[in-house]
Amino acid sequence: MSTPDRTGVLYGLLAEFDDATELVAAVRKVRDAGYLKWDVHTPFPVHGMDDAMGIKGTQLPFFVLAGGLTGFALALLMQWWMNAVDYPFVISGKPLFGLPANIPVIFELTVLFSAFATFFGMWGLNGMPRLYHPLLTNERFRRATSDRFFIVIEAQDPRFDLPQTKQFLGSLGSGFVEEVHESAED
Amino acid sequence: MKTAASDVYDNTSDDPTRPPVLILGDQDFTSVTDKIAGIVERPSPPRAWYIAFAVTVSMTGVLFAMILYLILTGVGVWGLNNPVGWGWAIVNFVFWVGIGHAGTLISAILFLLRQKWRTSINRFAEAMTIFAVICAGIFPAIHVGRIWVVHWLFPIPNYQAMWPNFRSPLLWDVFAVGTYMLVSLLFWFTGMIPDLATLRDRATSKVRQMAYGFFALGWRGSHRHWHRYEKAYLLLAGLATPLVLSVHSVVSFDFAVAQIAGWHTTIFPPYFVAGAVFSGFAMVGTCLVPARQWFGLKNFITIYHLENMNKIILATGSMVGLAYATEFFIAWYGGNPNEAFVFVNRAFGPYAWAYWIMVSCNVLIPQLFWFKRLRTNVVVMWIIYIFVNIGMWFERFVITVTSLHRDFLPGSWGYYKPSIVDILTFAGSFGLFFTLVLLFVRYLPMVAMAEVKTVMPIADAHSGERRAVGDYHGDIPQEIRDRRSHS
Repeated sequence: MSTPDRTGVLYGLLAEFDDATELVAAVRKVRDAGYLKWDVHTPFPVHGMDDAMGIKGTQLPFFVLAGGLTGFALALLMQWWMNAVDYPFVISGKPLFGLPANIPVIFELTVLFSAFATFFGMWGLNGMPRLYHPLLTNERFRRATSDRFFIVIEAQDPRFDLPQTKQFLGSLGSGFVEEVHESAED
Repeated sequence: MKTAASDVYDNTSDDPTRPPVLILGDQDFTSVTDKIAGIVERPSPPRAWYIAFAVTVSMTGVLFAMILYLILTGVGVWGLNNPVGWGWAIVNFVFWVGIGHAGTLISAILFLLRQKWRTSINRFAEAMTIFAVICAGIFPAIHVGRIWVVHWLFPIPNYQAMWPNFRSPLLWDVFAVGTYMLVSLLFWFTGMIPDLATLRDRATSKVRQMAYGFFALGWRGSHRHWHRYEKAYLLLAGLATPLVLSVHSVVSFDFAVAQIAGWHTTIFPPYFVAGAVFSGFAMVGTCLVPARQWFGLKNFITIYHLENMNKIILATGSMVGLAYATEFFIAWYGGNPNEAFVFVNRAFGPYAWAYWIMVSCNVLIPQLFWFKRLRTNVVVMWIIYIFVNIGMWFERFVITVTSLHRDFLPGSWGYYKPSIVDILTFAGSFGLFFTLVLLFVRYLPMVAMAEVKTVMPIADAHSGERRAVGDYHGDIPQEIRDRRSHS
């Protein structure tokens, strides 16, 4: 764990930054250089980074809409079928199926299904949960969740060329550039 | 006095040209992580933690002993009688559900309103929401009498081939509180993923690394992930906001849909929601004021944060007072003799003592928060929180019991008194609540580290004039900037 494992396949190059302002400037250059398989790792969401990286919107809201509509339809059908069809019984002279009395449950299930869609949609789009990742074996990268900022360009990127990309990352003002390897056991 | 930055700069200034500093003590990202993560990384908690834990676990034991006794014997062990068939179980249920509301208000509504000060307190408040809803959920479950058929509350096929009655507010409650519990849990967990990753990456033992790593779901702070994460967080906040308003509205329907005078009113949903937020903030304060002291979090949970909470308590407490007055006005103006009788009976009948405890604690005492000197004094505010906790429990007691004990038939009037089992069960629920709070402060980060970092001036990626006045941030006041450049 203490020394980088250099036996496995090369995953990519890691460049470290101390400051969010320097990072954003460097990120713009990586974007403009035309790299495709790369990412920025920060301890908190840095404001303005979407634009600097050129990230488009996410499909997540559509998942949530689908979840909400499912919850709505399910709640409506469930109440109608259970109280008016499968086991009809009159209570306090209320109609077997009357929308006003069924609104609260419809509302709650709409919210519930939307929330589950948001939660698991975010997992799915982000590829979570993931218990192993080459970056997580890198000692220096541990500070990505605390106080350091990283740019990672993957070896899979079509423009990736080890010496050239290393030099490019070095020219961005990073104090430290390092190779990251897949762990050897894989 | 002039040594620490927190003393140099009073962040409770009312000057609107000078935005408040949210995190004191000249912190950077490293010091924030070290401070917050350091609390849960200590090899063993202070002795006071063990003593507190022993006490709360014993009280939880009492809770479960009382529940067992209740199940083995029947609801007759409580003080219920005819006409008061709804006693402390419903009172405690409404009390605990209400407390949860502050967490969701802080985490969701203040998020949508871009109140940046929420970042220091939202984690703690959300945790409290979940623990309070757990305590609340116990009471309706055990009050059903035959607890072994409690699954009839849910639309699950049972041997009678019978479905629940969806036209009843009690069933709406099952869905409202169940949804609230699950959504709060998802929201809390989502907010915690980056911080769990921080703990994973700082772990020095394999066990900690695996445990936190499992729940961190492989989080690596990737911005492509942050992008979707922030969208998910915003969506969850947007979903939780109407949800929290609906939950206590549905709880109030338990009363308002009934035909009993004093319950059958349209004011109940907003009145209950305001009361819930009021009581919840008081409970958050009750826990936070000692916690910031014991864990040295005064630079994170500053007087400014507490003062803002106190302003919300003052506002919602006054709303509750307005609701009490409106109820009385309508009881007179509505011309319904039963309604008028119930309210006169509330204030001057056999339960007048409870009514006036409620009014004093909820309406009169919080008015002290009009004075800045009092709302920024931690001792004074903590005492007021205790009064509010007491007052809001009595509010639910007054609503439940005074309307039932003298209803339409004077021949069946009665007086309700709790039994010792009622009292011990309620006390035990505090044991469960505080046991969960103690476990939380021991094993999970009680301040949202990643979120706090976004409201620090150094987080801003913009340079030049916009530096430190970005979307998220409070300004660095000139005197601190000067002091930094000198040192």
